[in-house]
Amino acid sequence: MTSYVLKNVSIVGGSATDLLISDGVIAQIGDGLNADQVIDAKGCIALPGLVDLHTHLREPGKEDAETVLSGSQAAAVGGFTSVHAMANTNPVADNAGVVEQVWRLGKEAGLVDVRPVGAVTKGLEGVTLAELGTMADSAAGVRVFSDDGKCVHDPVIMRRALEYVKAFDGVIAQHAQEPQLTDGAQMNEGIISGQLGLRGWPAVAEEAIIARDVLLASHVDARLHICHLSTAGSVEIIRWAKSRGIKVTAEVTPHHLILTDELATSYNPVFKVNPPLRTQADVEAVREGLADGTIDIVATDHAPHPAQDKDCEWSAAAFGMTGLETALQVVHATMVKTGLLTWEQVADRMSYAPAQIGRVNTQGQALVVGAPAHIALFDPNTEVTITAENSVSASRNTPFAGYTLPGIVQATFFNGKPTVLDGKLV
Amino acid sequence: MTHTQGRVVLDSADISRALTRLAHEIIERTQGAQNVTLMGIPTRGVALANRLAQRISEIQGSPVEVGAIDVTMYRDDLRMQPARALLPTVLPDAGIEGRLVILVDDVLYSGRTIRAALDALSEHGRPQAVQLAVLVDRGHRELPIRADYVGKNLPTAKTESVQVQLSEHDEIDQIVIRQAS
Amino acid sequence: MKHLLSTADLTRDDAILILDTANQLAQATSQGVGKLPPLRGRTVVNLFYEDSTRTRISFEAAAKRLSADVINFAAKGSSVSKGESLKDTALTLEAMGADAIVLRHGSSGAANTLANSGWISGSVVNAGDGTHEHPTQALLDAYTLRRHLREGAGDLAGATVTIVGDILHSRVARSNVHLLKTLGANVRLVAPPTLLPFGVDTWDADVSYDLEDALVGADAVMMLRIQQERMNAAYFPTIHEYSQRYGLNQVRVNLMNQGSIVMHPGPMNRGVEITSEVADSPQSVIVEQVTNGVSVRMAVLYLMLGGNEATV
Repeated sequence: MTSYVLKNVSIVGGSATDLLISDGVIAQIGDGLNADQVIDAKGCIALPGLVDLHTHLREPGKEDAETVLSGSQAAAVGGFTSVHAMANTNPVADNAGVVEQVWRLGKEAGLVDVRPVGAVTKGLEGVTLAELGTMADSAAGVRVFSDDGKCVHDPVIMRRALEYVKAFDGVIAQHAQEPQLTDGAQMNEGIISGQLGLRGWPAVAEEAIIARDVLLASHVDARLHICHLSTAGSVEIIRWAKSRGIKVTAEVTPHHLILTDELATSYNPVFKVNPPLRTQADVEAVREGLADGTIDIVATDHAPHPAQDKDCEWSAAAFGMTGLETALQVVHATMVKTGLLTWEQVADRMSYAPAQIGRVNTQGQALVVGAPAHIALFDPNTEVTITAENSVSASRNTPFAGYTLPGIVQATFFNGKPTVLDGKLV
Repeated sequence: MTHTQGRVVLDSADISRALTRLAHEIIERTQGAQNVTLMGIPTRGVALANRLAQRISEIQGSPVEVGAIDVTMYRDDLRMQPARALLPTVLPDAGIEGRLVILVDDVLYSGRTIRAALDALSEHGRPQAVQLAVLVDRGHRELPIRADYVGKNLPTAKTESVQVQLSEHDEIDQIVIRQAS
Repeated sequence: MKHLLSTADLTRDDAILILDTANQLAQATSQGVGKLPPLRGRTVVNLFYEDSTRTRISFEAAAKRLSADVINFAAKGSSVSKGESLKDTALTLEAMGADAIVLRHGSSGAANTLANSGWISGSVVNAGDGTHEHPTQALLDAYTLRRHLREGAGDLAGATVTIVGDILHSRVARSNVHLLKTLGANVRLVAPPTLLPFGVDTWDADVSYDLEDALVGADAVMMLRIQQERMNAAYFPTIHEYSQRYGLNQVRVNLMNQGSIVMHPGPMNRGVEITSEVADSPQSVIVEQVTNGVSVRMAVLYLMLGGNEATV
C-alpha cells in the first residue's frame, strides 16, 4: 500500500508538521517524515474526514439524480469520508433489504462510509413503525432513523419511535414540519413571500414540532436529533432543551448559514428548498447557535435533482439543493473567517459530533498516531468560483453557481487511500 | 449625432411672412378655402396648421376647419428604432369625407412622413383631394411626393439638419441649419 | 423593458407613457379606425394555463387591432408535468417565431421564469401569475381612475384608492399597490386579518380591517372577488358574514368622496362582495374597465413590439 506524507500540514489548525499515512492509519506525526508520495501541504489544514449525517443519494429509484457512486464521489470531493444516506428512496429504506442494498452499494463504491438511514415509519407514511430493530441488526447496522422529507407528525408515533430505538442506541432524526401549517408552502413565510405571492412556510411550523419533540424526548428520556434547523426560534428552543438536560442534538445546513429568502425574488427554483431559506436574522441566529454548540453539527441535506425538476416554474419545481461539494467552503466563509469557529470546532461540528450522533465508531476520530486515516486536506488560502457544470454530483442544482467561495479540498483520504488529490477525484 | 452651432436661416419675421404668403396661396388656389380642412402633422405641423387657419380666417372672415393627424404607427421606419410615443389625432367635427384636406408639416425632406400621413388619413375617410403645405422644403426626396405650397425652399446637404423652432414649443420662432458632425 | 412582469418595474414615466399611449389608441378606436398597422407581421401568442376568457379576449382584441397575428394556446389539461409543459411549450412557440408571449399561469413567478429562462427570445407579458401580479389589470385600473379623477392626464397624485377583499391571494391588489404608489395615489387595503399577506405592514399602503373607516375620504373603491373555497379553509366563517362586514352596498358607497367611483376587476359575485344596486349604479365603472382593458393592452403591445426594441 502506497504511503503518503502531508508535508508542513496544520493538523486541525495547529502548527506546521508532517503527517505520515501508511497501511490505512496515521503512522507518524513529526518533522522530516518521508513516504512513497509526498504532498506539499504548506498552508493547508488537515481535518478528520468529514461525516455528513444528512445526504440524499437517491439510489434506489432516482438514479438520474444521483447514485450511491456519484454521491460518494461528490462527498469525497467535499472532504467527506462518511455520509448518511436518507431513507426517502424508491422503494423507501424502511426494511433490512433496502438498507443493506444501499450499504452494499456504498461498499462497492468504496469512496466513503455510506451509512444508510432507516425510515421511521413504513413508506414514510407516518402511520406504522418500520422494522427499526431489523434494520439496526442488519449488515447496515442502522442507528439513525428518519422520515426526512416528511415529518413524523403524529405525536404518538413519534413518542413510540423515540422510545423503541433506545433498545439499540438509535436516534430519531426529525424533519420538523407541521404538515397542515405548511400545506402547499413554497418558501419562508415573511415579507418576501407576501410580495411574491408564494405560499408561506411559517417558522412556527418548524418550531412547534421541535418544541413538542424535545418535550417528548425528555418525557421518555430518549435521544432526539433535529434535522436542518432553520429558524431563530428553533435555536432558542434547542438552547432551552439542552439547558434542561434533554438529549437533543441539532443540525444546520450550509445553505441556511449563508442564503436568505431574498433569493426567491428571482423565482429561480434552484433556491427552492425545504426547510426554506429564511431571513438574515435567522441566518445570524443559526450561526450563533452553531458557534455556541446549541446546534451540534453541520449536515448538508445534499438533495440532488435532475434538470427537469428545476428547469421549470417555481411551484412545479422540486425542493432541495446539492451541498456535499461546497459544505466546507461555506462553513469556512461563514464560521471560520468570521471568527465564530476555530478549526478544532469545525472538526467537531463536521466530523466528531456527527459520527458520535450516528454512532459511526470508525469515523470522527482525532488525527493522532494510530487513528484510521480519514482525512480532509483543506487549503483555505485560495478561492474557487463555483459552476454548476463542474459538479461531481450527477445533478447540477447547486445554489452557489457563480459564487466565489474561499478554500478548496486539496485531498481526501479514506482508510489511508486517497480518494481526492489536487482537488480532483483520484 | 451631435450638432455644431447652428445657423439661423429664417427668423421670426421671415416665418411670419412665409405663413401669410402660404395662407394667401391656399385661399387663391382653393377658391376661398371654403371646403378646406387643414390637418397638421404633430408636433410642429399642428402648430403651423393652427397658425395658417387663423390667418386664413382673418383674411376670409370665416373659420377654417383644422385638425391633427398622427402618422407614427404608419411610418415605414417604425421597426428601426424603439416604439415612439403616439401623438394626438384630432378630427374636426365635419370629418374629412369629401373635404379638401391640406396636410401641414414643418419640413419636407424624404417624403416618407407624408406617405405615412396619406395612409393614416385614408383610415378616417375619403377626402375629395389631398394637398400638402410645408414651411420648408429642403430637398432630397426619396418618394414621388411634392408640396403644393412651400414657405421656403432651402437647399441643404444631407449631412445637415434643419430644425424648425416655433414659439408654441420652443419659446422662439426660427429655423436653424446645423452641420451634423 | 423587454418584458412586462410586474408593475414594480415601471417608473412613473413608463406608466404615464403607457396610459397616454392607451389614450391615443382609444381615441383612434373611437374615431372609427378599425385596425392600426404597427404590429403587422408580429406574432403574439396568448398562452393560457388558466381559464380566463375575458383576459384572453381582451389581449386578442388588442393584438388584432394592431394588426398582429394572434395564436391562442390553451395549455390547460396538458398531460405532461407542468414544468416540462411550460418549457417545452415555450420552445415550441419560440420555434414558431413568437414575438411576444402573453402568459396566464397559476404559478406565481411563471412569467419571470419564462422571461429569464433563455427558452425564448421574444417578450413576455404577464397576464396573471398565480397570486403574484397582473400588471395589465393594474394599468387599466389606473387608466380608468385617471379618466374619472384626473381628466385622463398626468398621474394620480393625491387620489385615495381603497382596495377591499382577498388581498392575500390577489394578484390584482399586488400590481395595483405598486402602480398606484408609483403614480402618487394613496392606497388603503381592507380585509379581514386572515386575508392579508404576512408583512403587509411593510407595503406602501394603509391597512384596515374596517371597510367603513377606509371608505371615508376615498375617491375610488376597488372590490376584489371573494372565492367560496376560502371559506372552507377557514379564512372567514361564512359568505354571509363576509358580505356583512366587507361587502359594498350603497350606504357604504355614500361614505366616499363626491365624484368617487366603484371598480371591480371581474367577474363579480353579486350579492357577496358587491350589491347589484352598486354594481349597476352610475358610480360604477366596471363595464368601462373592460373597454379600457383593450386600449391599455394595445398600448403595452405597441410599446413592446412596435419598434425594434421595447420602449417601456
